[in-house]
Order: sequence, then structure tokens, then C-alpha cells
Amino acid sequence: MRRLLLACALLHGLPALAEEVVLGLSKEQVSINTNFDGSEILIFGAVKRENTIPDGAPLEVIVTVAGPSEPVTVRRKEKRFGIWVNVDAVEVDRAPSFYAVSSSTLLGLSISETEDQRHRVSIPRAIRSVGAPMNIMDSESFTDALIRIKSASDQYQLNEGTVSVDEQTLFRTAVELPAALTEGDYATRIFLTRGGDVVSQYETSIYVRKVGMERWLYALSRENAFLYGLMSLAIAIAAGWGASAVFTAFRR
Amino acid sequence: MQIYLPIAEVSVNAFLLLGLGGLVGVLSGMFGVGGGFLMTPLLFFIGIPPAVAVATEANQIVASSFSGVLAHFKRKTVDLRMGTVLLIGGLIGAALGVMVFNYLKAQGQVDLLVKLCYVVFLGVIGGLMFIESLNAIRNTKKGKAAPRKKHNWIHGLPFKMRFRVSGLYISVIPPLVVGIAVGILAAIMGVGGGFIMVPAMIYLLGMPTKVVVGTSLFQIIFVTAFTTMLHATTNFTVDVVLAVLLLVGGVIGAQVGTRIGVKMKAEQLRILLAIMVLAVCGKLAFDLLVQPTELYSLGAAGGH
Repeated sequence: MRRLLLACALLHGLPALAEEVVLGLSKEQVSINTNFDGSEILIFGAVKRENTIPDGAPLEVIVTVAGPSEPVTVRRKEKRFGIWVNVDAVEVDRAPSFYAVSSSTLLGLSISETEDQRHRVSIPRAIRSVGAPMNIMDSESFTDALIRIKSASDQYQLNEGTVSVDEQTLFRTAVELPAALTEGDYATRIFLTRGGDVVSQYETSIYVRKVGMERWLYALSRENAFLYGLMSLAIAIAAGWGASAVFTAFRR
Repeated sequence: MQIYLPIAEVSVNAFLLLGLGGLVGVLSGMFGVGGGFLMTPLLFFIGIPPAVAVATEANQIVASSFSGVLAHFKRKTVDLRMGTVLLIGGLIGAALGVMVFNYLKAQGQVDLLVKLCYVVFLGVIGGLMFIESLNAIRNTKKGKAAPRKKHNWIHGLPFKMRFRVSGLYISVIPPLVVGIAVGILAAIMGVGGGFIMVPAMIYLLGMPTKVVVGTSLFQIIFVTAFTTMLHATTNFTVDVVLAVLLLVGGVIGAQVGTRIGVKMKAEQLRILLAIMVLAVCGKLAFDLLVQPTELYSLGAAGGH
């Protein structure tokens, strides 16, 4: 409530906010069922403005989708005694499980360095890493590795030029969610920029939820672990017995 | 057909899992090994998180071992008395092993330990078996009879017990020690431990090969069931959907494998197992020695 009031106050107090986002999503909830194999979300919208289109730099649109953040340990191997061993480790305090940033042009042209730093838009900025151990000088190479590994499995995506903008008013893009998706609220942000400065910002959430059997099994495994374990064993033994009985019947 | 695994939180091809289960099941039935030492690395390879792979594999081994042991019961090739002694050792060992595992996890070197364990044990056991079975095959070709069982220091130990099915009259201490050792290694390496127990039973205890397979399966069922419960209640990493897919393939494979195993000569069976063990060992050693393409790896935080 307080945040809403603050937002209202900001809106009224800042008449400079001449351009606003009106947003649509192809779906607000992604259901993970048994045959879930990734999902594509269409993000589209329009720019609402009181006045005519301002002169100067053209309107650029940036769309980011971020999964729930979690701390991650990045380890590096080194050759010790002839074999490759994990030696150094850096804990990245917060790294989103999924992060996609789409822009209407090259990201570096859409948003300035300072604005990127403030709004944490680009992938390296979306990761927060503060305390690398004292003995590690090149902590940046660890965050680079995190981005490289996550990008390889499409968990981190930089999609430059995939937001199409018509007449500086209508925009749309599609974000591909991979099959290996974790549950949570996926914060979706839209930035309107001109000449690298953010002129308007809009935020909403896409809800990713397990449903049906997935939901039931997951809940049981957390809330009633002993029963879940027994159930797993019972299924295993029944299957073993069943196969044995079937094969004996075949042989007769 | 893609299927989403609720605990592992990844989507994988269902037929791939069925196929893997079947393949490992055949080997499990043939050799009396749970197949975990093959399946666990294979699961890592297709992108299942290691913690989930290890825990779920334990559950899957219960199923394939159960299916296998029933086939062995019908042929009366299970030494229940020996199995029980090994099992008592195994449970003690598994509990000890989990403690060692948790201690090393806190040190942050558990991956390396597991891999080194694999390389050392697979290498030594595979090598020994390979040489021994090669000699045995050569001897039978020459027409020499297999050498009689020799009496060694093992026969001098106290607490002797008669194991009728195995045709042995030995002390309970060696099988108990074998059980404990296998239990510790099973817990650390996340496998059933059959690939260590089977050679130990043949070479250390002098049990007949035909009885060894059924007896080791019998012991593995209980040790892996114990491990499954431990993982399910402490780490929440048993994925029942993954387990079901693996075990449907696995139990069918185990039945087929048991029947193939009966038709083969003991020496052939042993040499095949030796080759397989050496192959896995070689692959793991190769990975440790050659510079990996990605030097960095990601892990859940909090492993301090």
C-alpha cells in the first residue's frame, strides 16, 4: 500500500513522465505440468502519451524477465598434482535463476552506462556479487563464467534487436522460457529510453507454478518427506516384483 | 516425448530415460551389480543435478535389484545367511559413510573425492578381475582344471559359521568387514556397491560366482533402501518421476540380463564386467587428467 502511495506521489510529482507503458502479456501464468517443454511469452504494449512524439533521439524499448534470485557458488578448477581440482570458489550473492533482456536495438545504444547501473538492466548488472575472498584477484572472471555457463543453457539471454517498435508507439517481443524452469514470480520490466536515458518504466510479474501431479509430488516431498520416501520405495519394489511376475508368466 | 521432473526441475526425454534404465538393467541382471556406477555418471551427463541423480539412483537400484533377486530366488542362488551378515555390515558402513560424506561436503572437495574413489576402486578391481579371468579362460582352454580353493589366513579367524548355499565354513568377520567397507563406499560414491562387493565375495571370501550375484543383489536392496530414505528425509532429492521412468526400463532389463547371465560361462561374465569397470574408470581418469573445456562450475551456495 505504501509503495502504491509512493508510486502515485511520484507520478503526480513528476510531470516530466510524458510517456507511459500500457502492457499486455500473452499469459500471466506459466503452468509447469508433466509434459512442460518450455514456453514462449508474448510481451506487447503501447506507449501512452498526452503530447506529440518528442523530437530528438528515437524511442527505444527494453524488456527484461528475471526469475527468482538465489546465491550461487562458482568454482574454478586448477591443475594440482597432475589432476584438475576445484581450487578457488566465489560466492555470487544474488544471481537470477533465469534472466532475459530484449532490446529494440543494441543494448549499449538503448541505455547509458549510468542508467544501466541504476536499473540493473544488462546481464552483468543483474547479478550481484560483493564479497570475493581476499586471495582471489580476478573475481570478475568468476561472474563472467557464471554468465557464460548460464547463457549456454539459455538460462541467460541477451536478445538485441528482438523488440520491434512501430511508429514509436507500439512494441512487441517474444521471450522464450527454457524447459528447465524453476517456480516463482518472474519480474518483468519494460523500459522506455531516449538517447540512453530511461524516460519511463513499467513492472509486472509472470507467475511460474507447478500444477497437478507435479505440484502434489513436490509438496509431498517437502512436507511429508518420510511418507514420500516410503512411497518411492513401495513403487520401486512393486515395479520390481511386477516385472519379475510378468516375465515368469511369459516363460510358462 | 519431453517430461518435466518435479524435484530435479528439469525437462528430459522420457524415452531416453527408459532406454538408459533398460541398458543399465541388463547389466545389473547379468553381473549382479546395481548399475549405479554407470547410471549416476550418465544422469549427470544428461543434465540431472548431481544431488538428485545420486538420491534417485539409490531408489532405482532398489527396484532393479528386487526384480533381479526374485529371479535368483527361483533358481535358489541366494545365500540368505551370507546376505544377512553382509547386510548388517552394510548398514553400519552406510551410516559411517554418510558421516564421512557430510564432513567432506563441508570441506568443499566432495566431487573430487567421489571421482578419485571411482578411479581407484574401479581401476584396481577391474584390473584384477581382468587378469584373473583371462588366466582362467587360458587354463580351461589348455584343459587344466581350475585350481582348488586354497586355505589362507581367512580360514584361521574365529566365530566360524556354516554358509551351506555357498559351500563355505568360514569366520563371520571377513563378510562383516566386506559389508562395512562396501557400505561406506556406497554412501560416499552414491552407488549400490555391487561392483566392489562381487569381486570381494569371489576373491576374498571364495564364494561360487553363481551364488555371488543373487546374494549381492539381496544385500544391495536393503542398503539402497536405507540410503533412499536418508536422502528423501534429509536432502529432499529423490525424484519419484525420474525413478519410475528409470525403473520401468530397469526392471525389464534386469530380467533379460539375468537370463543372459545364466547362459554365459562364469569366466566370460567376469571378463565382461572387468572390461566395463575399466572403461568407466578410464573415462573418469581421463576427465581428471585432461584440461576441461569449462574450468568453472556452478553449485548451490552454502557449502562452507
